[in-house]
Amino acid sequence: MRLTCPLCGSRDRREFHYYGAADYLHRPAAEDAPDAWDIYLHLRDNPAGVVRDLWYHELGCAQWLIVTRNTVTHEISGVALVAESAK
Amino acid sequence: MPELIAKSALDGHRALTLGSVTLAEVNVGPITSVALLPGGEKAVAKALKPLGLAMPDPNRFAVKGAARIIWTGRDQAFLTGVQPPLLEGAAVTDQSDGWAVLSVSGPSAIDALMRLVPVDLRASAFPVGRAVRTPLNHMTAVLLRAEEYTFELWVFRSMARTAWHEIEAAMQALAARAALKP
Repeated sequence: MRLTCPLCGSRDRREFHYYGAADYLHRPAAEDAPDAWDIYLHLRDNPAGVVRDLWYHELGCAQWLIVTRNTVTHEISGVALVAESAK
Repeated sequence: MPELIAKSALDGHRALTLGSVTLAEVNVGPITSVALLPGGEKAVAKALKPLGLAMPDPNRFAVKGAARIIWTGRDQAFLTGVQPPLLEGAAVTDQSDGWAVLSVSGPSAIDALMRLVPVDLRASAFPVGRAVRTPLNHMTAVLLRAEEYTFELWVFRSMARTAWHEIEAAMQALAARAALKP
């Protein structure tokens, strides 16, 4: 498996670290209801299809990436920098 | 303040040549990390201009006289070989003592490195002027192609002897294989 880092280019899987669903980017505010925190921490979709995940380019440029991947075909359709998606 | 004697990370390691690969420590002079602050691009570009340098594009380095600037991450570069100018608009830290720099040179240098580094190092994909952040086995490193047959490998100072050992082992394996050929 290879990922195309927007900065470094196509790199081997061993350079990356998987974190979890991109839902982790949407952290509720401290005062939000427990429900929001429950959803943020525990509730995940598990689709047979397109998922968005967070990966860390640990042994490369040290950027967090959002990787769009299809769990059925294993096709990776997009890799974006978290830093630039937040702008 | 007493005058202390600066010692490089691999002090005492003489250059090692096995077959057509030479491994040596390099003294690159001062190393300064330049990390752009938001909106600092213009100020940094202005400060680097007298050196004839600019912030490098990803996976590139540039040389001007004794000064070099090496891409090391998003909005970050290492300025080396010269004392840094006043750099407004960037977070600037002296990294001179934090890194060990090895040169792996010779026509087979690429064969030794290819055993350790998961990027395509052939000249077509990795010409002179490229600098990438990539692992050397499990070590984080900066690898650049300084000349056609000369690679420079930057590792954390604490990893210097491990890096030397790994590369030496790869060189030995290559030399042993070459010796087997009729």
